[in-house]
Amino acid sequence: MLAFALRRVLTLLPLLLIVSLIFFLMLRLGRGDPAMDYLRLSQVPPTDATLALARHELGLDRPLPAQYLSWLAGAVRLDFGLSWTTRRPVLEDILRFLPATLQLAGAAMLLVVGLGVPLGVLAALKRDRWPDHLTRVFVFLGVSVPNFWLGFLLVLLFSVQLGWLPAMGRDGPASLLLPAIATATMSACVTLRLMRGAVLGVLGERHVVFARARGLPERVVTGRHILRNALIPPLTSIGLHVGELLGGAMVVEMVFGWPGLGRYALLAISNRDFPALQGFVLVMTAVFVACNLVVDLAYAWLDPRIRLGERGA
Amino acid sequence: MKVRIALSLVALLLATALLAPWIAPFDPGETDLVHRLLPPSAGHWLGTDHLGRDLLSRLIWGTRASLGAVAVILALVLSAGTALGCAAGLLGGVVDTVLMRLADAFMTVPTLVLALFFIGALGTGMTNVVIAIALSHWAWYARLVRGLTLSLRAADHVAAARVAGASRLDIARRHVLPAVGGQLAVLASLDLGHWMLHVAGLSFLGLGIAPPGAEWGIMINDARPFFRVAPMLIVLPGAAILLTVVAFNLLGDAARDRLDPALAGHAH
Repeated sequence: MLAFALRRVLTLLPLLLIVSLIFFLMLRLGRGDPAMDYLRLSQVPPTDATLALARHELGLDRPLPAQYLSWLAGAVRLDFGLSWTTRRPVLEDILRFLPATLQLAGAAMLLVVGLGVPLGVLAALKRDRWPDHLTRVFVFLGVSVPNFWLGFLLVLLFSVQLGWLPAMGRDGPASLLLPAIATATMSACVTLRLMRGAVLGVLGERHVVFARARGLPERVVTGRHILRNALIPPLTSIGLHVGELLGGAMVVEMVFGWPGLGRYALLAISNRDFPALQGFVLVMTAVFVACNLVVDLAYAWLDPRIRLGERGA
Repeated sequence: MKVRIALSLVALLLATALLAPWIAPFDPGETDLVHRLLPPSAGHWLGTDHLGRDLLSRLIWGTRASLGAVAVILALVLSAGTALGCAAGLLGGVVDTVLMRLADAFMTVPTLVLALFFIGALGTGMTNVVIAIALSHWAWYARLVRGLTLSLRAADHVAAARVAGASRLDIARRHVLPAVGGQLAVLASLDLGHWMLHVAGLSFLGLGIAPPGAEWGIMINDARPFFRVAPMLIVLPGAAILLTVVAFNLLGDAARDRLDPALAGHAH
């Protein structure tokens, strides 16, 4: 198991290196002159002298490979430099906003797993009966609804009409519920659909038929023989949904005034604050990759074929 | 049945987008500060927004912006995915390795985060939103096309063509592209709704069309301060997005059922 984990990490490293190169090059070769943006944000009028000074200060006068290496050396130590807008270390800023985003995405993930998986199993076991039909309609709408708009509808119903839950801000568990539902709905619906399909697939397999034939109680057949096998495909997709949830959370944050990374990223985009933008995208990628690693390990544990099969590859 | 509903919905949306200048009762940008936030009436069927602009006309013009954006994303993703996937599959070697590592790298970043980053690098505006979404989605298509190309390359009729002296470009054009087309169409129709939601979300964040323009996402953002007085200004554009995504998803489901049951587990 440890060897499997190590192999996974080793295959990720070159990928992350390429990602960092893309992030670096896109901003350096993108549009405009970073030194101009830097001066604008520092409120220094751009003249030849100040521009030259800014270029030197930012290291833009050095060859590209050298710039990349020194930036990478910093990024590896989580040093993304100073934000051009706030003048504070980017990491410090990000760490201030990241917990709120992670809390929202995490709560959404709980809903995805806590609702998507059991309801998917239910829909499969009650195939073509009313729970199946009901979830099918719900899933169809759920995968099509814009998350931020769903957020507004939830506020309209639960805050404005009923007055049950707060419409804005981050103040205790009650304030987390509506944004988490808005963020989770699409992924929960996709997971439900996948789970249903996986259970239906396993139901017909011979080992399940055999377990039934041996007279095992239905509880054991469902728990040990159906669920454990059926969990693998939805689990794989849950790793991908971490990305959807992180991205979705940042959009939903704007509806609820949730103090997360979304606003920080938007400010970095509109100000063209390069260090902030690079720090943001690297940290989000790291979170996504780390979550996927955990998911990979979880399904290697569930499915020995994956754990052992990789040894030859 | 599903196909028919999907096709009629998409046709309706396309017609609305194409005919917007003729069917919209008002100029979508025409402000009228005397008649702000009006409820529906005979003059303004769906009422007016906070600047007195006709809501129905803005919804109709919004169809054009949204469908246009999705169409361009579709074209960009399909052409980039096909070209790069074909090149990787047919040329092999270094080209294959470089392209596929690049695709893997793009797939290690959450799509919306990647799109936000590209908008940061390229600048805001609808064009850049479209480019950013295409850039964050091409890799899946390149991977699929490469896989199909590799399996086709081993097929007998392609081997025969090669023995007969067909160039790699000929093989790509005559044997690979037609075979890959159907699969790509299915995958793309499943993603149209997903792209639409990306466009709407980024536009809601204020990164797309600049304020006077009519697009559903930015209309919702514009209407936020008036949420309690005029909730319809948010409800209706959102309903338009929902309807469009429903139409795309129905189309995708129908295409998948018909053409390729094997793609049923596609991640989005």
